[in-house]
Amino acid sequence: MPSTRASTDPRLVVEGLSVRYRPGAAPAVDGVDITAAAGEIVAIVGESGAGKSSIGAALLDLVDKPGTWHAARATLDGEPIDYRARHTRGRDVSVIFQDPQTALNPLFTVAEQLIQMVGYHEGLSGRAALARAVEMLEAVGIPDPAQRVHQYPHQFSGGMRQRVVIALALACNPRLVIADEPTSALDVSVRGQILDLIAALARERGTAVLLITHDMAAVSRIADTVTVMKAGRVVETAPTEALLNDPQAPYSKMLIAAVPPGDRKIGRFAIPPRDDVAAPAIVAGADLDAWLRAHAGPSVGETVLAVEGVDKIFQLTPGLFGRGRKLFQALDDVSLTVRRGEAFGLVGESGSGKSTLAKIVAGLQTPTKGRVVFGPHALHPASREVEIRDYRRGLQMVFQDPFSSLNRRMRVGEAVAEPIRTAGIDDRHKMRAIVAALFERVGLPAASIDRHPHAFSGGQRQRIALARALAGRPRLLICDEPTSALDVSIQAELLNLLMDLKDDLGLAMLFITHDLPVVRQVADRIGVLERGVLVETGETDTVFDHPAAPYTMKLIDELPHRHMATQGPTP
Amino acid sequence: MIGFIVRRLAQALVVMAAIALISFLMFRYVGDPVAVMAREDASVTERQELREKLGLDRPVVVQFVDFIGRVVQGDLGISYRNQRPVADLIKERLPATLELVMMATLLSLAIGIPLGVITAVNRTGWLPTLVQSVSLVGISVPTFVTGIMLILVFAVTLRWLPSFGRGDTVQIGWWTTGLLTISGLKALILPSLTLALYQMTLIMRLVRAEMIEVLSSDYVRFARARGLPARMIHYKLALKNALMPVITITGMQIGGLIAFAVVTETVFQWPGLGLLFIQAVSFADVPVMAAYLLLVGLLFVVLNALVDIAYLVLDPRLRTRAS
Repeated sequence: MPSTRASTDPRLVVEGLSVRYRPGAAPAVDGVDITAAAGEIVAIVGESGAGKSSIGAALLDLVDKPGTWHAARATLDGEPIDYRARHTRGRDVSVIFQDPQTALNPLFTVAEQLIQMVGYHEGLSGRAALARAVEMLEAVGIPDPAQRVHQYPHQFSGGMRQRVVIALALACNPRLVIADEPTSALDVSVRGQILDLIAALARERGTAVLLITHDMAAVSRIADTVTVMKAGRVVETAPTEALLNDPQAPYSKMLIAAVPPGDRKIGRFAIPPRDDVAAPAIVAGADLDAWLRAHAGPSVGETVLAVEGVDKIFQLTPGLFGRGRKLFQALDDVSLTVRRGEAFGLVGESGSGKSTLAKIVAGLQTPTKGRVVFGPHALHPASREVEIRDYRRGLQMVFQDPFSSLNRRMRVGEAVAEPIRTAGIDDRHKMRAIVAALFERVGLPAASIDRHPHAFSGGQRQRIALARALAGRPRLLICDEPTSALDVSIQAELLNLLMDLKDDLGLAMLFITHDLPVVRQVADRIGVLERGVLVETGETDTVFDHPAAPYTMKLIDELPHRHMATQGPTP
Repeated sequence: MIGFIVRRLAQALVVMAAIALISFLMFRYVGDPVAVMAREDASVTERQELREKLGLDRPVVVQFVDFIGRVVQGDLGISYRNQRPVADLIKERLPATLELVMMATLLSLAIGIPLGVITAVNRTGWLPTLVQSVSLVGISVPTFVTGIMLILVFAVTLRWLPSFGRGDTVQIGWWTTGLLTISGLKALILPSLTLALYQMTLIMRLVRAEMIEVLSSDYVRFARARGLPARMIHYKLALKNALMPVITITGMQIGGLIAFAVVTETVFQWPGLGLLFIQAVSFADVPVMAAYLLLVGLLFVVLNALVDIAYLVLDPRLRTRAS
């Protein structure tokens, strides 16, 4: 805890920091104070646009022109940070970038990149520089560093690359490191390790760390102190445990309440409605109700979708005459059912085959083996054309990326109206009435149906995508990571909406995600995919509380529980 | 890597065989060689004898194999126009063109790459703006205009440089070089500059566009954030990434320059392949045209293979994939 390490002279003191991206424009950061002791990890949290990344850019003096920044005081160990000095960046202040796939220069070996650092900043060369490079790789936990140092970035896995990024950032022992979303581009299973590594190195070397993130799990795992930001200002600063369990400011309370807890089911998130989203209303009346319920299908509890013994094998390299052909089994004998009024959560890491399964269920890919039965029809093995069309109509998808899943040139109302038109409604007024009612149902003003997608935020676009899916009157809704691109409070609202819709309309839902806390809130039953094999299925609470498969145990062990108390936050 | 080179070589051989076939067909379909070679008043039997002597009565496939056999041994036939072996003609002319093209390529790389980096790094200011607009001129004015303008200024008005020819040359084996004498070097300046101008602006614009993209990449921002100096970031870390497409274009352009240096060679009366080719076309000198086709094809195939190998050397990701 910081109190035990606090020295008389805090390592980093920033007072009155402001950042403006255009002269005269509203500041992105407005009078922010930050203090960090040596070895302390200070998390800066907030939603997109809160200005947290701008703080990092300013402290590195990398605010893009014509942007400017200014601070009444910015000192390291009591001395002002001098950005005109050649070695300030790199030796005093350094940074860990977000995405290890893009942060490393692909054409230079890890050794070359590390040697460039220590060569320029510390004048090391030859053997001494190489020895330092190997030592750094060893410090960040890369096995066999003397050999691997001569490899290129693409020869490392994602988690290992992020270790290389950390090695580069810490190569010259900076006093302050800015870690800007250091784990959000990584697979869930390695996030914990990378966070622990950052924490261990910071403590060992006495480096102050500013952890800029929107991920409360990361905060609870390693941060000592948390600063909550909203619209460029600090809302609250407190020790991590105090903030997570007993937030004081209303905004912090909302933010904490929106975080899905991994260790219990809370049902709806207790968050107040926002200004830019109307409360979902069931004011639409007869038109919408008649529309949505016309295709009700089987009654609640009956099986809507059955996947039986599905295999999917991809051929990776075409191979001449069958030689050297590489096969990849994406799915191995997967069977599951989804019932009406039920949300089935499908979880697994990237590459586990969950999106492949979604595509097979949606009829976008054919399984190598096995059956997919939906309602009265079997999609695989192939049915007649008419049945497949009927099948597809009964099934709708909500995709992950709200920016690419809507046609930019189409008014959102038209996009939502398309499935209604294909169902044979030609009456423009009736159609518009249904679309407007659908918009209100998903919490968007009915008046906004004539606008284009760019006029909406990410969360609003996901609502539009949901309205479009509902307009097709699905019996099964497939949601593929529908909230992973959204801020936590917007995620909470969307999850609330999804749960309400499922209950009101008796939808069957296949909810695909890598985010265990989210799936715990949403799903009634879950299935865990490990490299194409469904290792466990069961009631959500049972699987979380008493996991049977070793892989499930590992995933659940990775969940944060250091700071989160067992009793809930008090909203 | 070796497997890749072998595969690449096999592909090159297939392409060369196809070019050889087209070149071979030229003999059969661009006029009848017997009609060209025999005397006006030759009798039918005399013509038949000539046909047999030339082997033209044998099956086409045999003739083709025979043709390839001769080409591989360096026998490209006899020029109709001046009755000398085509191989000798090409040997005489090739050094002039190669020296011209190499000099032009060096110039365009040596000037184009730094200008591209500078204009990418400083996108505003008078120098980049000036370079950008001048480069527009360079890309749109045809070669013969720039050539004649250069002659007008530097040869006619200022009398600094010769307006035509190669100057004094030195013989090294069968290779005649103009690089070892002052007058040879002086004679090289104007034509190579003329030839380089278009390529220079192309490379500059390409490097600029690539650099702008690379400079906004995460790894460049990360390098900046780690305090590495701007010069190292621009000229080492970023430039290497920006050079990949430049290699492709340069490789293609060298082939194009050799094959189509015709205009520049004509303007400067440069005794290279281009002039030889133009003369061959106007006299329907089929053996020279066929040999020229083979030569240009070979150049493109070799350059393409070199570009691919350069990619492998530069980009470690391709190296792992290829092995």
